[in-house]
Amino acid sequence: MLTFLRRRIASSALPLVVVILGVFCLARLTGDPGNLYLPLSATPEMRAEFAARHGFDQPLFVQFGDYLTQVFRLDFGESLRTAEPAADAVLRAFPATLQLAGATMILAILGAVVVGSWAAYRPNSVADRVASFTSTTAASMPDFWFAIMGVLVFAVALGWLPTSGTEGAAAWVLPVLTLLIRPFGVLVQVVRGAMVTALSAPYIKVARSKGAGEVRVVFGHALRNAAPPALTVAGDLTVGLVNGAVVVETIFGWPGIGKLMITSILQRDFAVLQAAVLVTAITIFALNIVIDACYALLDSRVRQGVTT
Amino acid sequence: MSTTRAGLDSPADAPDPGPAIRRATWWRLLLRDRFACLAVVILLFVGAAALVGPMLFGDLATRQNLRAVNRPPFSLDDGWAFLLGSDSLGRSVLARLVVASRTTLSVALPAVVISLVVGSIWGMWAGFHRGWRENISMRVADVILSFPALLLAVVVLYVFSPSAANIILVLAIARIPIYLRAARAESAELQSRLFVDAARTFGTRSWAIIGRHVAPTVLPTLFTVASLDFCFVMLTESSLSFLGIGIQPPDMSWGLMVAQGRQVLQSAWWIAVFPGLAIVVTTVSATVLASWARLAMDPGQRWRLTLPRSRRANKALVKEVRP
Repeated sequence: MLTFLRRRIASSALPLVVVILGVFCLARLTGDPGNLYLPLSATPEMRAEFAARHGFDQPLFVQFGDYLTQVFRLDFGESLRTAEPAADAVLRAFPATLQLAGATMILAILGAVVVGSWAAYRPNSVADRVASFTSTTAASMPDFWFAIMGVLVFAVALGWLPTSGTEGAAAWVLPVLTLLIRPFGVLVQVVRGAMVTALSAPYIKVARSKGAGEVRVVFGHALRNAAPPALTVAGDLTVGLVNGAVVVETIFGWPGIGKLMITSILQRDFAVLQAAVLVTAITIFALNIVIDACYALLDSRVRQGVTT
Repeated sequence: MSTTRAGLDSPADAPDPGPAIRRATWWRLLLRDRFACLAVVILLFVGAAALVGPMLFGDLATRQNLRAVNRPPFSLDDGWAFLLGSDSLGRSVLARLVVASRTTLSVALPAVVISLVVGSIWGMWAGFHRGWRENISMRVADVILSFPALLLAVVVLYVFSPSAANIILVLAIARIPIYLRAARAESAELQSRLFVDAARTFGTRSWAIIGRHVAPTVLPTLFTVASLDFCFVMLTESSLSFLGIGIQPPDMSWGLMVAQGRQVLQSAWWIAVFPGLAIVVTTVSATVLASWARLAMDPGQRWRLTLPRSRRANKALVKEVRP
């Protein structure tokens, strides 16, 4: 198990480094922040002084070296816009997104397991067809449009839910639903497919013939074998959740990391952008490792490095 | 191809019939599935709208009429062009929908085709040769996939101006790994098969083997992946346009129309609702067609399509198992 994890960490460290380097370079290409933060009448001397103060006059690789050494000392630089430490801005926004994403993923997985198993239990029953149609539609729903429709119906027409903000449980309903819809749709299809295969396997017959109850057969025997493919997809979907978070946080004014990234790109606030990307990339990196560890726990072939 | 696959074909159409009969079988299979048929009709309709729509409605879609602002839909008072209402500048929503379908498709289709071609050729090459070529390709795929596509697009489109060509390029690059991985996995499995060994023994060059023996077997899978991916690309383009970094006005796209309708949501709901519906209907159709194609292109599963939909699932298997 430890060897497996070590190998896994080594192979995903490279993408992490490349992403950080890539964002560093791309951010520098978005233009000179001096144009944005200095008055139009600024003299060349003032511009040079501004660039020197923030290190923009150095060659790119020197800047990157400085950046790396600072990061190792846990110093993420300070925001150009508000002059506060970038780490503070990111750490303030990150929990908001994490809570939103966590609530969404837990609900999506629980819901998909229940609905998917139910649909797979009797293939082509009414329940199965309703589940198939709903999940197909959910998986191909544009999330921004779903959010706007939610606002239109539940906030504007019925007045049950607030249009934005994070206060109270009611404010969570629409953002979580919006973020939930696509992962839920995809997961239901994956769980259903895997469960149909699992439920028609010989070991299910064995479990039934030794007198195991239906609940135990479905959730104990079949689900355990159907879990690995669903888990893989759930991992990919969690990476994609950041996509959704950008949209959802923009629409609902949620003070999370997606909104922070968009604002810092538009404001050329490199330090904040880099810190935000770094934190997100590390989270995704850690999450992938956790998912692979779960995968290995469920399937001993993966654990022993047997490739098919 | 026909000689290697004949043994795998279902009892229904073995031995392998000629191409004309095979094409007829396709039609028969499609006509038997009502949902797939409907999906094809809708996609053809959207395609036709994109092809000829701008010629017919191009003028109508941009003509402003400040005396007919925010007209509600489903009334024929202002003529059939305003069946779906008018927007806050008095332009026909119906005409704008039709014209915007071209922008939406002309971003999504090239992006899918580029990523399909590049990704599948690269993947087959990597899987065929194994070793360092495979390792490097997989690491590249990991790097691209480990970063959220939308965020990457936001950064890139902010650096280089958000034109349609740049959107296509960003989306294509972001989706190459999907085909790269699928093609690599299949071609790595195929290259150890006997018929590939036989071709090697005769001294066939590796590109010829890939083109003649690997590609025909891998392509059906890749086409299915592509039709599913079409949804993803279309949704991402809409999201980008919605966020204001995709298609820019005065060009129109469905995502951009939703964004414009959002400003007047409380007074004129139809401006945001119809373009969103258009996106949903198109992507759902593509998904339905993809799942049909997945069955139709798999010789071991194709016979299921000859059954009515209600009897299609693994009924035999299930009946055998259930007490």
